[in-house]
Amino acid sequence: GSCILSFDINEVTATSRHYVDRLFDPDPQKVLQGVIDMKNAVIGNNKQKANLIVLGAVPRLLYLLQQSSSGLDLRTECAVVLGSLAMGTENNIKSLVDCHIIPALLQGLLSPELIFIEACLRCLRTVFISPVTPVQLLYTDPTVIPHLMSLLSSSQKTQEYITQIFSHCCKTSDHQTVLFNHSAVQHIAPLLISPSYKVRMQALKCFSVLAYENTQVSMTLVNVLVDGEPLSQVFVRMMQRDQPVEMQLTAAKCLTFMCRAGAIQTEESCIVLKTLPCLVRMCSKDHLLEERVDGAETLAYLIEPDVELQRIASTTDHLVAMLADYFKYPSSVSAITDIKRLDHDLKHAHELRQAAFKLYASLGSNDEDIRKKITDTENMMDRIVSGLSESSIKVRLAAVRCLHSLSRSVQQLRTSFHDHAVWKPLMKLLQNAPDDVLIMASSTLCNLLLEFSPSKEPILESGVIELLCSLTQSDSPALRINGIWALMNMAFQADQKVKVEIVGCLGTEQLFRLLSDPDNSVLMKTLGLLRNLLSTRPHIDQIMSSHGKQIMQAVTLILEAEQSIEVKEQTLCILANIADGNTAKDLIMTNDDMLQKIKYYMSHSSVKLQLAATFCISNLIWNEEDGSQERQDKLRELGFVDVLHKLSQASDPNLSDRAKTAMQQYLA
Amino acid sequence: KQKYIHRWTTLPRRLCSCLQYILLLIRGCHTTAIFSPQSLSLSAYSSSGLTGFWIEEAIIKKKTEELGAGSLPLVDPGVYNYQEQDLNERLKRLYPAVNEEETPLPRSWSPKDKYSYIGLSQNNLRVHYKGHGKNHKDAASVRATHPIPAACGIYYFEVKIVSKGRDGYMGIGLSAQGVNMNRLPGWDKHSYGYHGDDGHSFCSSGTGHPYGPTFTTGDVIGCCVNLINNTCFYTKNGISLGVAFTDLPPNLYPTVGLQTPGEIVDANFGQQPFVFDIEDYMSEWRAKIHGMIARFPIGDRLGEWQAVLQNMVSSYLVHHGYCATATSFARATQTMIQEDQTSIKNRQRIQKLVLAGRVGEAIEATQQLYPGLLERNPNLLFVLKCRQFVEMVNGTDSEVRCLAIRSPKSQDSYPGSPNLSPRHGASNPHLHTGGTESPTCSNGVTPLKSKNRSSIKYPSASSSASSSTSSSPSSINYSESNSSDSTKSQPRSANSTQETSDSEMEIEAEHYSNGVVDGSSARIMNGTYKHEEILQPDDNSVGNGVLDEECSNGRQLCGGNQAATERMIQFGRELQALNEQLCREYGKNAAHKKMLQDAFSLLAYSDPWNCPVGQQLDPTQRESLCSALNSAILESQNLPKHPPLMLALGQATACVQLMARVRSGSCSFARVDNFLH
Repeated sequence: GSCILSFDINEVTATSRHYVDRLFDPDPQKVLQGVIDMKNAVIGNNKQKANLIVLGAVPRLLYLLQQSSSGLDLRTECAVVLGSLAMGTENNIKSLVDCHIIPALLQGLLSPELIFIEACLRCLRTVFISPVTPVQLLYTDPTVIPHLMSLLSSSQKTQEYITQIFSHCCKTSDHQTVLFNHSAVQHIAPLLISPSYKVRMQALKCFSVLAYENTQVSMTLVNVLVDGEPLSQVFVRMMQRDQPVEMQLTAAKCLTFMCRAGAIQTEESCIVLKTLPCLVRMCSKDHLLEERVDGAETLAYLIEPDVELQRIASTTDHLVAMLADYFKYPSSVSAITDIKRLDHDLKHAHELRQAAFKLYASLGSNDEDIRKKITDTENMMDRIVSGLSESSIKVRLAAVRCLHSLSRSVQQLRTSFHDHAVWKPLMKLLQNAPDDVLIMASSTLCNLLLEFSPSKEPILESGVIELLCSLTQSDSPALRINGIWALMNMAFQADQKVKVEIVGCLGTEQLFRLLSDPDNSVLMKTLGLLRNLLSTRPHIDQIMSSHGKQIMQAVTLILEAEQSIEVKEQTLCILANIADGNTAKDLIMTNDDMLQKIKYYMSHSSVKLQLAATFCISNLIWNEEDGSQERQDKLRELGFVDVLHKLSQASDPNLSDRAKTAMQQYLA
Repeated sequence: KQKYIHRWTTLPRRLCSCLQYILLLIRGCHTTAIFSPQSLSLSAYSSSGLTGFWIEEAIIKKKTEELGAGSLPLVDPGVYNYQEQDLNERLKRLYPAVNEEETPLPRSWSPKDKYSYIGLSQNNLRVHYKGHGKNHKDAASVRATHPIPAACGIYYFEVKIVSKGRDGYMGIGLSAQGVNMNRLPGWDKHSYGYHGDDGHSFCSSGTGHPYGPTFTTGDVIGCCVNLINNTCFYTKNGISLGVAFTDLPPNLYPTVGLQTPGEIVDANFGQQPFVFDIEDYMSEWRAKIHGMIARFPIGDRLGEWQAVLQNMVSSYLVHHGYCATATSFARATQTMIQEDQTSIKNRQRIQKLVLAGRVGEAIEATQQLYPGLLERNPNLLFVLKCRQFVEMVNGTDSEVRCLAIRSPKSQDSYPGSPNLSPRHGASNPHLHTGGTESPTCSNGVTPLKSKNRSSIKYPSASSSASSSTSSSPSSINYSESNSSDSTKSQPRSANSTQETSDSEMEIEAEHYSNGVVDGSSARIMNGTYKHEEILQPDDNSVGNGVLDEECSNGRQLCGGNQAATERMIQFGRELQALNEQLCREYGKNAAHKKMLQDAFSLLAYSDPWNCPVGQQLDPTQRESLCSALNSAILESQNLPKHPPLMLALGQATACVQLMARVRSGSCSFARVDNFLH
């Protein structure tokens, strides 16, 4: 058998060789016939295509295609054969691209002959929609895009191919800008009412990729009229239920992207009554798995920032229950009945799960009732827990996003989160995860470390401090915030042991670094951590005795620096906490410079800062404590009584009360 | 003729979807399989074939006539307000398949079918609670006036919460007749409800299931019943909440229930636009059903089906005498034509004469070509003669024509046109009222469409009309002069090249549907298919144009010729005598009497064209007669009286109506006219 087989292969190669040889015939008529025969031979025959490529047909075809002496028929047939070769495997595409087919075909578009242009475009289309082709090749020559725009008026075929090329090659905001600047919107908008479905569909896809996260494009789109009708209404019509699903879904995407870019208000009826219900429909069992994934992801994106849309979506067509079905693939039925279906289901199972998690995350990000509804869905917490440890990174990320969204619920933290010990897989996830997962996981951890969370204890015992401290050293501001935030939550009303461990592990050096962090919220959370560390008196004295000098330095620095009111208020609060300590008080009392600063802030224009500074003084002169007399005297000498007297007349009731209370310490 | 063959290769494709649909419906077994889980006993119609159909047809015809006469139960014009007109239009648009004579649609709450604690106001659309509201024993409900007809396919109504009252214990839903009204919908057997206080759904049970959000003052709650899969879903403020109930029984009434003082709700059964886009939802189901029909496998005997389809097309063409087209079609499809060429051409000639108003010649030709035919059909002969009299008044019949000083050519009022296609709308009383309104237009033909159609259909008529005003007398007689006409040059010029040959004209798709929807020729249509057409208001030249031309000398009796008038009066006497003779032989015939009276009445007016009976003079009135004569001839030749295509269409229409009766909701979206483009 093997003998015959090898003979066959030789046979095939021999005929392939013959096809290539004919391309070199001196008689142009014979060359043309050769190309036509080759065209007929390669259709649907991947083996033949590969053979011809290996035998070097491509450079010759390209040569013939580029020669103006070749004649229109020959050049066109060459483009057709090349297009056919491109229809084969990814390897074929790679070979064609390596032979510089793209510039050659783009050059061909300058021909005056429409039939040749169409053949070139068709081949270009096939090459560009392949994932192996670098899309940048479309933008290398700056004259290409304007020329393609001008060809859009030539024929339905050019319209179809060009819009398809655009929609596949518009991957970044730079690409969007290039296309936009060449009036893509104006050129493509009329195609939305083309008589050809393919043209309408590809034009629609163009708009979806152009508008994605692009305010400029989106803002332009709302003002575009197609045949006197606003574009948004054209999209709404394309979402009608008797339209093909692909069209409904893509039109819904366009409106979603325009809405997220701020071009359409979320309460407008085309969003609430059309786009949202359309996307919910796409999630139903009636649709293909790909469509369900796409629908859920788009819906998640649409409703993410708007609680009202989240509420509406949560009541539409039993969406929350409908999504539970996304976890049932591959189903037990498919495994038995149909191996092909099993394969298909398996391929989409991860995608389905991550899409469902994403949508649950969006749904539950604000409303407590929706969160309850989600956690009440069958096996939901179990699904999240197992999702956190799935092999697919996409699923893990989506699962932790979902968990994070649900962790904003006090009730869920107290109940389901604890019952399902979600902290365990979460802690596991935090080890060696990529940044995006880490951000979500650590953010979730912040919530789990809130004082009322029953998970706080076991997490503390699992030795999380070191991990969090390492997060504060990350390059990513989000991770630094989450790290310090978690530590702050952890330090709130914590045991001395925990606090000491935090300070010890973090190190004062790192603490200082965080206090000078370029990110303001990191600074705020660090101050918050300090405040939490310096709560109850024994803790204050203990920490100040070991790190007092550095902390006082840091406080001084911040108070002297150009900082926001909030930062300074937070810092003065720390000072007030220090002033509440027994021994720690001396660190302030012996620091005249600091006292002057406090005095300064007591007369500051911001009531918040006045109040915080007054707190600080009040703590220092508090009667029942050792040495209060001396402190009172010293502060009187420094003129604080006058200041307090003045503040007791302040218009702000809190401030005047606080000042009066402080004054009373002197009277007693 | 090659080009006609080429056209035919594309046309059958269009016909095919329609024909396939028809064939499927004829085979009732398939119909059941597609449309309804319920058993639809169509065996009588499928096994015994077309004969069984005629029984059904008789009933339906009667019904259709009744409907045609009454249409909708109209209110006194004085009280007839805009809202009701809106309501009627909306209901007609939403539920075109519903025959309100048989199954009226709910339009308000029933003042009779309610608990005493319920008060109604505002045309029985507003419901308020007037009991004590102490506990659930004080609950009260009201049903709509009628149950939801299955032919709706998808039914929808909305309720706006005007006030939630004390506790907002409101239930919105459905219940069968006879269910206790001292309860909220959903609590009892055959009762279903969605309650505002807890958002639960109640499916014939005192305990609810979590279903949707709660609702309160200002919310609009919709209830949609899908009669195709017997489910129900609700909407809140235009958002679908998902399926609430499945396996619903038939004949449910819209129902609301209230339980505490101050609760007020308003119903919208179509009086106002709905908040939820129900038509969009319907369009999805229409697409689904159409897809099912289009994809329905017709088995592996494809060739057989094709032969059936080709036969149907061919026999239709032959029936109407589209001789050249039929020959081309037969050649292209390599099929045989039953009737021979001369026979077809003879029929074609006779029909042409009738349609041209030359009835006398038509009678002569019939007697000559088909001796004994009219003798065996004295009634037909009488009707023909009556028409001949009318045409004499018109000045078109040759007996008066030849007396007038006219070129013989001008007698042909349909010069060069195919003449043969039976027009629809002939029996429409609105035809001459300027066509300003026809809300009862049952098949959704838009005015625009009919405008196009009429302008294509009457090309030469309008051209003749305008050419008559031209100064050249010689041009009056030639329809070819239409190129000089500028008033309607565009649609006609597209046709003008085709007018030279009847076979070309036949290719127009309109002719296909013309024959199908001919409301006037009840026997062709089995009377099941009512098609009414609206003519555009400004197009008064369509019907009258012919008359204008024929009586360009001021439109006088018999063309204003004295001798012709005398001949007409003499003919009238003969006609009178014929009637008396028929009465003696066959007994009194009221229809004949009326016909004769109407015809003679024309003479009582100085301007017969603008008199109460003037409609008789309209050329379109010739069409029913034309098809009756054609059928009679065919029957005499032992050929089918009606083309099989028409029978199939009638059968399909009857099947769809039968589906409505056996409560198969999909009939709403499987309407025959959806397939006739």
